[in-house]
Amino acid sequence: MSVATSDAAVAPTPETPGSTPTTTRLRVPSRWSFMVRRLGFYLAAAWAAITLNFLLPRMMPGDPSVAIIQQLQRVSGQQLPPETLVSIQALFGNPDANLFEQYLAYLGQLARFDLGTSISRFPTPVSEVVSSGLPWTLMLVGSTTVIAFVLGTGLGVLTGWKAGGRLDAILTPASTFISAVPYFWVALLALWVFGFQLDWFPSSGGYDPDAEGVAFWLSALRYGFLPAATIVFSAFGGWLLGMRNMTVTTVREDYVLLAQAKGLSPGRVVLRYAARNAMLPSFTGFALALGGVIGGALLTEIVFSYPGIGYLLYDALTKRDYPVMQGVFLLIALTVLVANLVADSVYVLVDPRVREQG
Amino acid sequence: MTADIRDHTASQHLADGPPGDAGTVLDVRDLTVSYVGPDGGTVACRDVTFQLGRGEVLGIAGESGSGKSTLITALTRLQRPPATTTAGSIVFHPSDGRPGIDLVPLGSRELRRLRWTSMSIVLQSAMDALNPVMRLGDQFADVLRTHHRGMDRAAAKVRTVELLGMVGISADRARSFPHEMSGGMRQRATIALALACSPQLVVMDEPTTAVDVVMQRQIMAQVLRLRRELGFAVIIVTHDLSLLLEVADRIAIMYAGRIVEIGSAEALYRTPAHPYTRGLRDSFPPLHAPLTTLHGIPGTPPDLRRLPTGCPFHPRCPVAVEACSSTKPPLVHLPDQAAECLLLTPEATS
Repeated sequence: MSVATSDAAVAPTPETPGSTPTTTRLRVPSRWSFMVRRLGFYLAAAWAAITLNFLLPRMMPGDPSVAIIQQLQRVSGQQLPPETLVSIQALFGNPDANLFEQYLAYLGQLARFDLGTSISRFPTPVSEVVSSGLPWTLMLVGSTTVIAFVLGTGLGVLTGWKAGGRLDAILTPASTFISAVPYFWVALLALWVFGFQLDWFPSSGGYDPDAEGVAFWLSALRYGFLPAATIVFSAFGGWLLGMRNMTVTTVREDYVLLAQAKGLSPGRVVLRYAARNAMLPSFTGFALALGGVIGGALLTEIVFSYPGIGYLLYDALTKRDYPVMQGVFLLIALTVLVANLVADSVYVLVDPRVREQG
Repeated sequence: MTADIRDHTASQHLADGPPGDAGTVLDVRDLTVSYVGPDGGTVACRDVTFQLGRGEVLGIAGESGSGKSTLITALTRLQRPPATTTAGSIVFHPSDGRPGIDLVPLGSRELRRLRWTSMSIVLQSAMDALNPVMRLGDQFADVLRTHHRGMDRAAAKVRTVELLGMVGISADRARSFPHEMSGGMRQRATIALALACSPQLVVMDEPTTAVDVVMQRQIMAQVLRLRRELGFAVIIVTHDLSLLLEVADRIAIMYAGRIVEIGSAEALYRTPAHPYTRGLRDSFPPLHAPLTTLHGIPGTPPDLRRLPTGCPFHPRCPVAVEACSSTKPPLVHLPDQAAECLLLTPEATS
């Protein structure tokens, strides 16, 4: 048989009213040019976030840097060393320098990861305070976000695939109910029942301060279990409902019908055809949720006194520790941007259609 | 391309008889499909009976709501609740001489083994029938490797290129995603996909409604050519009777869930026996005759939940007699066709 090229075989087709017009072939921008453009956009957004962080304290009434210096001298009870003064002025405003000079000095500070000195934990630098909380938050909220997503999405596929079945009849209303319960209430209830009444889990902290080595990691697991369980419990229902509803509509698509007609195994039909397409909106939500990991667990960490970024921020707020607040805000803004960038880049890989829209 | 594909293929084909060994590939008897609801069921297909010869092209035509799509999903066992096959049998006869297999009671595992290797399907809209996030080649490879154990990736790729070549799609298109192809190309790709595992029967659900008329003809000519080369039988379901008159060997006309007339395309075009078939034929412009006034069929298809008594077509029938509203018409066999109409019975003609 002759292998004619497609373009030779297709006669030019006139646009007939009432028939689907044949789509013209667009020049598809390559994956890389798409990514480079996205990266440029996010670099600009990061620059805007940093600049805003620079401008805000300078637009505040009064002079925050003078107030912070006075506060620091009060808590420390001594004259501050000159390099600390320079650092604080670079971060929060220097009345003796013009705005442009200040901006350059500020960027220089950031490049050295110098975010100033904490007031409430004088003389610990802010970068050290923040990085002490970061692993706890990343572990607790990062792992629970992934677990809740995998669990909720997996169950959502199952309930959506057999919509109207027994699993659907139990899990879907239960998820709706759970999603409607406020998180802080779930956390407080869990703390009261499992922490105080049954005494199964420690009620505050992130680890046993006396334990070392393996015992330390085990204690971290034990301390983290209750906060993690409450996060998963409250979050998985949302993923389940979203995925279930998308699966219900995707299952009716012709390509799923055709996959069944092809005699593929049910697992393949569900995963490669139905779930693969139904997941696209959930996937975006997941990437954004990862961006919210740093700042998102404020309530959990407050309720369980968990030593992460959220608890730090709460602590800094109650003690008016502006340098720490500034540092945490900058960190949150940057992680959200990074998560968005990752989401965008990976989305290009999971949905080939977005490449054209660029 | 000439105006009439049938002149070169179908009518010549009629004279020669079906290609390949004679015999039946699909034997459908008394097939009844209901949509089961809380307040009883609605029968969408009633006592459908027909035989399909090897390599034969059977067209099924009817208005919207006549039960065509219900019939297709029942034949391919792709129906979803609440549609249920309540009676009848669909016996598939394998080409290797093994005894026929009734598809109706078949379990999902046995059914999966038959799918695509014995019977494949082309859906109406190729845009929606291809997985938007999989490359075209992967959608060929997964079905090839499911049904041909031991076929490796390289062999699947070679076969995919061969199949795409059959419908005039170049090999590099295997790397394309569906959205990167034109509507006509996508439809030809789904036809190539349907032939992947050399099925003996390809069921086509309105295969050309989503493409323009020029592409329609190219695609149907291609299907007929491949049918001649490979010898598979085709069931085409469409509301476009004029298309069927061009490409089909035999045509079945559906009305209110029943086949009211079945016969050779030639006979249904020249001497339609059922008044409904006549009405359908006269709704289309004649292919070669000078233009005449077109006659539609007055009224609308009946509500399947409240079928008229007697012949379901009698309220719209221009030649109905009094008995039509009370007596169910029997199937009357004529030389080249069979039809369910009271006027064809010996009592009515005498």
